[in-house]
Amino acid sequence: MAPTESIAPGFQAGDAVMVRIAYPIGHVRTPHYIRGKPGVVERFCGIYGNPEELAYARSGQPRQPLYRVRFIQREVWPAYDGNPSDTVDVEIFQNWLEAR
Amino acid sequence: MTDHHDHHHDDDGSTPHRHPRRPDLDDTLTYFRAMEVAVRELLIEKGILTADEVRRAVEDMDRRGPAQGARVVARAWADAGYKELLLADGGAACVAIGIDRGPYKLVVVENTDKVHNVVVCTLCSCYPRWLLGLPPDWYKSRNYRSRMVNEPRAVLSEFGTRIADDVIVRVHDSTADMRYLVLPRRPAGTEAWSEDQLAELVTRDAMVGVAFANDPSPKAGK
Repeated sequence: MAPTESIAPGFQAGDAVMVRIAYPIGHVRTPHYIRGKPGVVERFCGIYGNPEELAYARSGQPRQPLYRVRFIQREVWPAYDGNPSDTVDVEIFQNWLEAR
Repeated sequence: MTDHHDHHHDDDGSTPHRHPRRPDLDDTLTYFRAMEVAVRELLIEKGILTADEVRRAVEDMDRRGPAQGARVVARAWADAGYKELLLADGGAACVAIGIDRGPYKLVVVENTDKVHNVVVCTLCSCYPRWLLGLPPDWYKSRNYRSRMVNEPRAVLSEFGTRIADDVIVRVHDSTADMRYLVLPRRPAGTEAWSEDQLAELVTRDAMVGVAFANDPSPKAGK
């Protein structure tokens, strides 16, 4: 069996990140509402097959680091009227994250 | 087929069995249904699976329910060391009490007097099935999936769950390889309860975070 190829983790808990704004065609697990939003890495979740490849029965390699990223609701939805500290946490693969 | 019915469906009010017409729901052979039937029949024809094995697998899926999740929660309420393990490594905590580790990494989020957690999968219907069984229809609905992430407090109040303004609401969007279980707050007055009794208070909805654990006190519901 060929060795598994994985991307090394580039972020850790506490890092400030931005979700890339991109609209590629195909199976993507980064929700539209969170693209272009600033967040903070809540935790590193592990390294998983890339769903954008797995969806087409390919190997999913190189495997991608996955993070839980925490976003302040008011920065995601400008009209959000709940507690200013309310959050939404989203799982996002490293190929969708940039340092900020 | 026959058109002869022992009662007819005219909407003239003249028949004792009047009811509105409603189409059967099992008569649409969609693309994916046709594919499922074709693949299943091929597997059976080639001797890879039997029809009984398929039936049993469906039966097993239907049998899974929230009782496993309730056991996990009750143990965490009763045993501080177990709760620590559960929050650090959900899969290991499942294994520790004889429950399957499950096919995904389990993230457990704890409700406190300062934070309320709730789970949604905006993309589809990701759900910790090995602990809670199949997700309810509302969890898969577009309404829940789009609104829980955007106006969680309004959606929670529609479930009858009022969250005080000074409590932080954390929504968890289950978009990839994690699965989520909410550890609800333990109801007051249950200090002397056994784990089995505690588990009775832990509902599916409480573990998704759209409700609180059942409150056994006589004041509850007022």
